[in-house]
Amino acid sequence: MNLWLLAANSIAFGGLLFLLSAGFALIFGLMRIPNLTHGSLFMLGAYFGVSLIAWGVGFWPAALIGGVGVAVLGGLIERLLLRRLPGAELAQVLVTLGLSFMIADACLMQWGGDPISIETPAALRGVSRVAGVAFTTYRLGVIVIAVVFATALWAMLEWTRLGAMIRAGVDDPMMARAVGIRVPLLFTVVFCLGSGLAGFAGVIGGPILSVYPGLDQDMLPLALVVVILGGSGSLVGAFVGSFLVGVLYNFGQALLPELAYVVLFLPMLVVLVVRPAGLFGRSSP
Amino acid sequence: MRRLASPGALLLALALLASLPAWIGNSYYVNIASQVLLYAVFALGLNVIVGYAGLVSLGHAGLFGIAAYSGAILINAGHGHFLSIVGALVVTLGAAALFAVLALRGTGLGFVMITVALGQIVWGVAYRWISLTNGDNGVSITSRPAPFGLSLADANPFYWATLVVFLVAVAAIAIFVASPFGASLRGTRDQPRRMNALGYDVWLIRFLAFLFSGLWSGVAGLLFLYYNQFVSPQMVALTASAEVLLMVISGGTATLLGPIAGALLVVVMKNVASAYIERWNFVLGAIFVAIVIFMPDGLVPGSLRLWRWSLRRGRQLLAGPAAMAAVPPGNGNGGGP
Amino acid sequence: MSALELSGLQKSFGGLRVTRAVNLCVEPGERRLIIGPNGAGKTTLFNLVTGELRPDAGSIRLFGREIVRVPSRRRAHLGIARTYQIITLFQRESLLHNVMLSLLGLSGLRWNPFRRFDRQAGLIEAGRAALARVGLLGMAERPLSETSYGERRRVEIAMGLAQNPKVLLLDEPFAGLSIEERRDVQGLLGSIPRDVTIVMIEHDMDVALEFAERITVLHFGEVVVEGSRTEVVAHPKTREIYLGE
Repeated sequence: MNLWLLAANSIAFGGLLFLLSAGFALIFGLMRIPNLTHGSLFMLGAYFGVSLIAWGVGFWPAALIGGVGVAVLGGLIERLLLRRLPGAELAQVLVTLGLSFMIADACLMQWGGDPISIETPAALRGVSRVAGVAFTTYRLGVIVIAVVFATALWAMLEWTRLGAMIRAGVDDPMMARAVGIRVPLLFTVVFCLGSGLAGFAGVIGGPILSVYPGLDQDMLPLALVVVILGGSGSLVGAFVGSFLVGVLYNFGQALLPELAYVVLFLPMLVVLVVRPAGLFGRSSP
Repeated sequence: MRRLASPGALLLALALLASLPAWIGNSYYVNIASQVLLYAVFALGLNVIVGYAGLVSLGHAGLFGIAAYSGAILINAGHGHFLSIVGALVVTLGAAALFAVLALRGTGLGFVMITVALGQIVWGVAYRWISLTNGDNGVSITSRPAPFGLSLADANPFYWATLVVFLVAVAAIAIFVASPFGASLRGTRDQPRRMNALGYDVWLIRFLAFLFSGLWSGVAGLLFLYYNQFVSPQMVALTASAEVLLMVISGGTATLLGPIAGALLVVVMKNVASAYIERWNFVLGAIFVAIVIFMPDGLVPGSLRLWRWSLRRGRQLLAGPAAMAAVPPGNGNGGGP
Repeated sequence: MSALELSGLQKSFGGLRVTRAVNLCVEPGERRLIIGPNGAGKTTLFNLVTGELRPDAGSIRLFGREIVRVPSRRRAHLGIARTYQIITLFQRESLLHNVMLSLLGLSGLRWNPFRRFDRQAGLIEAGRAALARVGLLGMAERPLSETSYGERRRVEIAMGLAQNPKVLLLDEPFAGLSIEERRDVQGLLGSIPRDVTIVMIEHDMDVALEFAERITVLHFGEVVVEGSRTEVVAHPKTREIYLGE
């Protein structure tokens, strides 16, 4: 196995994971909600993309529209269901898992049980050479997209009012409310943003992973590992964590197939046991 | 823990359960009942940690699986059933101790994620360490135990044996919860800091509770092994841990009946409803969402409230219009429970 | 031998020195009041004494015994009890259950997984006695969530007293109480026998001053004034801290 190719694939996968996990990290960091529907939203976005493309929409518009569609659904979920459950951890687990069952089964009903692949967009087909190594151009594109989004999110958090409100809410929710930040609206916006990112990521991931029933269950644990490893509420943590997990997961699968999952979860376990807040997180959950 | 049922109701329930093979129809349903009971034991065990210690675990399927695999490996190595069962439970307790020591390093989500990691590592080992676990193909055993010479090969005797184990589990957990240790455990759930200041060793209390919880997960795992005479990595997957957690939450964590009701819900939906409703997964998900909206404490507390409310209404209606007029305003006039 | 002796106690959080070289000596049976503006480090001091926080330096002696290395859960067994500023009681349980938990903490029975907790006659009797002492026996079976704030404050004190402590730390026991409730608590505190040493943190000046024999004034984490009631009230530094700010 060509190690450089493996590394390239790992980094691309990490980029994809970042798009998925950033939303989860924001939602969990700000709202303390373990959004176990996140994997299903990723998958739903991917399926939306499949249909949109089948109707003739271009790849990139499909990704954006898919993301928006999932964002709208996320907003509904937050407003109608999650808002009634502040702090009720178990109820949040039950409702988000219940929703993921519903979404997964609905997808099965609508799109059937066979894996569907999304064609690589024409502009990014083929192979590029970077530093003398061949990479599929699309995977390079995914890495670029991930970095662009990471930068945009970081800029949003650091420089905009919305970002300041989010950071305040993550640091000290009660104080944020006391200072007049309209927390309920903020929560809905963040949940939409996180869900939209997941949906968008689903379409982007289509050419690499294809779309199939069970995609949600494959991706959700990875997002959880990223957020835990990186520390909840930390964008930097999600960024670093995504690439770390991407590398561990792909290298593990390729080099040590006997222990692939162990290679992924053992380091996470070690990090957690030594530093329960994650690599970049703050000390209390 | 207030007694939910009078001795009369308990006896009736016991009689119904004991006579189940006679009234439920055919052996297919008897087997479903056995499944419900074994998952109820699993859920009751998990609830010790989730409901009474206030710690959410998404890795208990790991302990369930360790018991099943250990049992299968020991039996296939030629040890008799009794030794295999004891051996499997000892291994499970050891694993539970390890799980607990690691998981208790974290609190809140950290605890959950460590249990996820542990469960996934067990799954990874089951899936990939093919020489030990036969990987995806799983491990089969060829016989069920025969306590006192009675064969458990058929559905009915197996059901009764499972029923006995179930009743022992319920009794043990009920006693545990009502004991001083149980009160200490619940105290650590509600005010861990205060309990510390009052002289309790919070870590040790949680550790011991985890062991107790793991023991019953192991018992359930062995029941599962004997029921299917087969174990595979599926049983250790994250979805399996999520499923039993859902049983606990949907039924309600505050009562003993809750996890049992949750087990009944999920097993029936999976095995019975799936034959009639093609989209049973969707329906199950919808039921969970509905429970959160209408009965956020779980099925059992919610149903109890509904029951009491309808009893009150029934009494008012039976008492007649004169009695209704005598009732002070604002009391039950179109109001809710 | 003093009941409680703190020497050179220090604690910092990050760069912030919350407790600086505090020296304090409380005699057995004494009624000591600790006052100081917000942020003076009073509750932190209590947390250091009960062991919920580890000091960076210094020693804590309980009746001559060094307890700085003793884990907080053992300090209850050595005779330290405390109440909290924010009510941290067991909301879902009855008053009697709350007090019984306090009693159970010191008993070996707490490890027993077989007996019935709510049938332990000894615990029940002692619990009822503790509630009677604070005038709440009539509500023994009522869930805590159905009691008033003042009643909960009294339950806090009952829980503290139930453990027969040698040193009782009261963190703002009068906070949020009505005038009548304050009188009740005052009477209650006055009735505690001298074999219990009491150290109290309080903001409510009138009531606290009536109770205190000696007063320690904390400011920015160190002891600035200490002495008898009259001495401290008259001291210019006290006036400066409370009026000059």
